[in-house]
Amino acid sequence: MMTDYRIKGETGEWEVVIGLEVHAQVTSNAKLFSGAATAFGAEPNTQVSLVDAAMPGMLPVPNRECIRQAVRTGMAIEAQINRWSRFDRKNYFYADLPQGYQISQLYHPLVGEGALTIEADDKAGIAADKVIGIERIHVEQDAGKLMHDQHPTMSYVDLNRSGVALMEIVSRPDMRSPAEAGAYLRKLRAILRYVGSCDGNMEEGSMRADVNVSVRKPGDEFGTRTETKNVNSVRFVMQAIEYEARRQVEVLESGGAIVQETRLFNPDSGTTRTMRSKEDAHDYRYFPDPDLLPLELDDAFLEECRASLPELPDAKRARYEGLGISAYNAAVLTAEVESARWFDALLDAGVEAKAAANWVTSELFGALNRMGRDITDSPVSPAQAAELLALIADGTISGSIAKQVFEKMLESGDGAAAIVEREGLKQESDTGAIEAAVDAVLAANADKVAEYRGGKEALFGFFVGQTMKAMAGKGNPKLVNEVLRARLG
Amino acid sequence: MTSITVSDLTNLTVAQIRDGHRAGDFSAVDVAEAFVAAVDAADALNAFIVKTPEHALAAAKQADADRAAGSLKPLSGVPIGMKDLFATKGVQTTAASHMLEGFVPQYESSVSQRLWDAGAGMLGKLNLDQFAMGSSNETSYFGNVISPWKRKGGDNAALAPGGSSGGSSSAIAARLCPAATGTDTGGSIRQPAAFTGISGIKPTYGRCSRWGIVAFASSLDQAGPMARDVRDCAIMLEAMSGFDPKDATSLDLPVPQWEAGLNADMRGKRVGVPREYRVDGIDADIARVWDEGIRWMKDAGAEIVDISLPHTKYALPTYYIIAPAEASSNLARYDGVRYGLRDLPEGSGLQDMYAATRAAGFGPEVKRRIMIGTYVLSAGFYDAYYTQAQKVRTLIARDFEAAWAHCDVILTPTAPSAAFALGDKSADPLAMYLNDVFAVPASLAGLPAMSVPGGLDRDGLPLGLQIIGKAFDEQGVLNAGLAIEQRSGFAARPDKWW
Repeated sequence: MMTDYRIKGETGEWEVVIGLEVHAQVTSNAKLFSGAATAFGAEPNTQVSLVDAAMPGMLPVPNRECIRQAVRTGMAIEAQINRWSRFDRKNYFYADLPQGYQISQLYHPLVGEGALTIEADDKAGIAADKVIGIERIHVEQDAGKLMHDQHPTMSYVDLNRSGVALMEIVSRPDMRSPAEAGAYLRKLRAILRYVGSCDGNMEEGSMRADVNVSVRKPGDEFGTRTETKNVNSVRFVMQAIEYEARRQVEVLESGGAIVQETRLFNPDSGTTRTMRSKEDAHDYRYFPDPDLLPLELDDAFLEECRASLPELPDAKRARYEGLGISAYNAAVLTAEVESARWFDALLDAGVEAKAAANWVTSELFGALNRMGRDITDSPVSPAQAAELLALIADGTISGSIAKQVFEKMLESGDGAAAIVEREGLKQESDTGAIEAAVDAVLAANADKVAEYRGGKEALFGFFVGQTMKAMAGKGNPKLVNEVLRARLG
Repeated sequence: MTSITVSDLTNLTVAQIRDGHRAGDFSAVDVAEAFVAAVDAADALNAFIVKTPEHALAAAKQADADRAAGSLKPLSGVPIGMKDLFATKGVQTTAASHMLEGFVPQYESSVSQRLWDAGAGMLGKLNLDQFAMGSSNETSYFGNVISPWKRKGGDNAALAPGGSSGGSSSAIAARLCPAATGTDTGGSIRQPAAFTGISGIKPTYGRCSRWGIVAFASSLDQAGPMARDVRDCAIMLEAMSGFDPKDATSLDLPVPQWEAGLNADMRGKRVGVPREYRVDGIDADIARVWDEGIRWMKDAGAEIVDISLPHTKYALPTYYIIAPAEASSNLARYDGVRYGLRDLPEGSGLQDMYAATRAAGFGPEVKRRIMIGTYVLSAGFYDAYYTQAQKVRTLIARDFEAAWAHCDVILTPTAPSAAFALGDKSADPLAMYLNDVFAVPASLAGLPAMSVPGGLDRDGLPLGLQIIGKAFDEQGVLNAGLAIEQRSGFAARPDKWW
């Protein structure tokens, strides 16, 4: 029986309430308001325009592609798209912020209310599918990066990221366990990657989360929350929630109060610590950016955004299940956009869906796992896999021979049919040959035949094995079974 | 041809230089050299922060070559002054601040680039109020500009050339350049033009690209030309205007041929005279020149209409909330991190560097406005000040919209007084701000507005008349200005004392 996630304290059980603000870097060749490039890992300060460096008199001009990607993302979570939105300046001083303000959207975001669904997951303690509300998505500029290890007394500034477009995706406080938060992040990441609006690469910082956590006794009002900034993996987000929730329970149960504050996560210890409290919070003096006109979206733009959306994870999963693929396999195949694309290509080659799904999730994924490779650099193409599956389907080879053929495909890169031909692996379906082999096996094992006939039916498998061995594995298993049953009567 | 002397050349207007050069009456190099010499002889006015004779002479040589090749451009052979708020590639650009002293941009502002593309040359970077904040040029880090004008009757007080484009106004009035660029946020082209007896137009917001102009208040800043007459303003404005994809607020409209469209016949036009501008205690000379302007408009065939702009009295306070609010944010980039002044006290950290750099790099007026702007945007005050000011700004714009039902242009004084002496108002910011009382409504509404000389006051100092037009109707504004210019007979000029 599934139970809700609860923290057991001295005074009873506590419920944790979680909201996530995800910063996702928009996939685009150019920054949000300048023409500078956005490639990751470039030499410091090589992807910086005059605008990004906030030289005197420089002006921002919105990059249409960044807006388009944010709108497509909004459509993918079935959110309200605001035809009229506006950019605001968030003013604060820091060395990684050349303008002295970040251009963001406080008052009128591009994308309004939406939602996504996380799937039931017994192992993770998620009892049923759950809809997580998304309050808004707005677009904003990223800041640069300070490097503190380049000089004994000074910090260096790298402005390559300065001005890169981010989507800030703000969830409702709808999550109640670290597992739900993890599932939300994974689902959001999948959607972003399907849409192509963010590569979802958390290691490279193209997706990171601010984690809002509070605790309460079940049924009580929301407690005071803390915000843990810039957590950059699903696992760390879950750890941060776990730690932060327990810390809050301990504080409350020892008679303390939670301070609304910004905290930092330490991935080495799995703990969080105070960064700044509300009293020290900046007054950001938000106001509409006077360098930019309000953003007004027309029908043609919105139609293009919608038309360019791919099939999304939920729809794809439903379609796969409709093809007879198991729910589990459908979930596995659709979790990553690359796997789903690969599998769709395989389906397009005309294979039978259920068998193909089984083969991909067991044989192909197993092999890739062994080789430490990704589906994107699979040594076997969908067309090659289709050829192999077709040979199984038409009875040319058996399932066990297929495993051998697949191994040889991986080794040589050759096609399945060519390997079967070359290696003589074609399945033997000639009844005469099978009967001869069976007769030989039974003659050589007269004692076992007597035992079988005396009631030891488990020996049937032994006869099958011996026959297959005698036929070097090429006997058609179905026919072998039939002949054996007939002979053993 | 040899009968034209150097002083004759510096007396020529932009149109006369252009046409005379085209006709072969003189070489562009002769013109450039004459103005370079005039600039060199006028250091007492402190109009220039940087002189660039090499730029003017190179453009002049090119102009002469282009004439020989038959490929003259609209401003071939015309040397001009560039307000030091425009970024000029390879030439120090300071906004008259210590903060940007020694800053040499690697880029050229869109407006200056258009002027160079049109064949103009640059005599130098003109002094201004620091970051264009001021109405007298007294806030410049490089010392105040002196007006070439003196009061008659022996008073030798140094007078303000107006601001913020005071280097531009002083240089043009003193014949150091035939025309110059200005920028106008709340009157910074029109008020100095009025103070020095020249003309200047602030076009519709968005006509001139703001790209490469050091920002003061983005929603108000607009470049425009200053020159000795209306025709020159039209010529210059044509060269400066045009859509710029690098400025998101740039108007994507074709540039009209304003010079060709000049027409002083005001028949069929209605000129609005707003009663709210006739404030209690209005200066008698201002009232007299305004009345004369009304008479000239009638004489040109216009119908005079009494109009009301009811929210006028709120314009100045509204302006002094919105402009500082934007400025407080726009000037945050001057932090000592990447360029310009850096004051890093021994052993100090980032916050200390910000404080020291900005304390040293900004003058008192700039600091005052940054503080006002920071205050009006801060939590708890934002709605009471900034939001309210934006609403009033809308009401002011609606005042004009309503007025256009009754008139085609509006005629007002440019400023409430003639030029004052340096030091007269610098201790009283509010008195200084009041100088812009007639100028800021058009700025808040983004409308084209120009100042043309209207006459002299009792001390022999020039007074300006302001014409405000409908959005995009620079032609209507220029034409009304021309009608006044043709009737005012304004020919006064300062006696050379420098």
